[in-house]
Amino acid sequence: MAEALVSAAVSTPSVAAPAPLPVRAVLPWAFFVGLLALIALYFVGAEQGATSVFAGTDVHEWVHDGRHLLGFPCH
Amino acid sequence: MHASAVRSLLVRGMLAGLIAGLFAFAVAYAVGEPPVNGAIAVEEAKAAAEAPAGHGSHAGHGGAVAEPAAEEEEGVSRSTQSTFGLATGVLVYGVALGGIASLAFSFALGRIGRFSPRATAALTAAAAFTTVYLVPFLKYPATPPAVGNPDTIGKRTTLFFLMILLSVLLGIAALIAGRRLAPRLGNWNATLAAGAGFVAVTAVAFAVLPDNEDSVAAGFPAGLLWDFRLASLAIQAVLWAVFGIAFGVFAQKVLAPRADTAGPEIHAGAAAG
Repeated sequence: MAEALVSAAVSTPSVAAPAPLPVRAVLPWAFFVGLLALIALYFVGAEQGATSVFAGTDVHEWVHDGRHLLGFPCH
Repeated sequence: MHASAVRSLLVRGMLAGLIAGLFAFAVAYAVGEPPVNGAIAVEEAKAAAEAPAGHGSHAGHGGAVAEPAAEEEEGVSRSTQSTFGLATGVLVYGVALGGIASLAFSFALGRIGRFSPRATAALTAAAAFTTVYLVPFLKYPATPPAVGNPDTIGKRTTLFFLMILLSVLLGIAALIAGRRLAPRLGNWNATLAAGAGFVAVTAVAFAVLPDNEDSVAAGFPAGLLWDFRLASLAIQAVLWAVFGIAFGVFAQKVLAPRADTAGPEIHAGAAAG
């Protein structure tokens, strides 16, 4: 949404867009790293709150302040 | 060739996320911790006041307040939570989202209009801030310790993540719609139409999705809540601004040969003049 907004404002017809990276080259990274990143975000944002992979409250307590301040529901 | 460009971008996206996380941590420690400590003080004062008297009358409520206070004593100390714990959370968040944002950038580059890598990075950061944080925050704002009812944490977490997912998908849909409309309406009007569509559908989602009435306990100081939420907003704004700037520098370097053939902004300005 914001993309197109600035697009109209700053782009000029005389300039070509940079060549897109092929989707085929991006997709494997997107799946692999996307999954790892989502797991990491789960541990920061939700582990030992709504659901638990590990028992106890140590993970929850450790990231407690970050979880609150980053906007996740904590407890 | 392309795969190595994507890998370079990914590594630099995570690095930019780490740098952004360090800035965000500084903001979180300076302006975020005071309201967090204030909220914990409110919680403890309330627990202390209710402990002797409020046994029979407020069984459910008293239990809910006492539980987090009890949690604080075991495990991790406040000084660790506010330093190493806070840093862990913010840095992991920065690196993980930096990686995801760099992949979103790899998809967006050259597909969203005539933008240099640097401009595409700035736009990716702005879009990520808006869809991953700002829109979900407007519906389900961050809450400090002591205000939440632990019994509803499952519902609140589900709704929050659902709102992030919905907001990101709506953002992508608006982007695609804007690109489709551009040949017919022109870039400016297509952007306005796509933006208006995003706002309209988001407003409907806000109206339809259930509220978190129980997320702030009655009697919690309003000023403290405002300070906490403003701090949360500042942390995310700094995180994404620094990410957009840092990743823009990295991406411009990685893609320099490509950018030159496509013409960076300086040339664009000269050509237009």
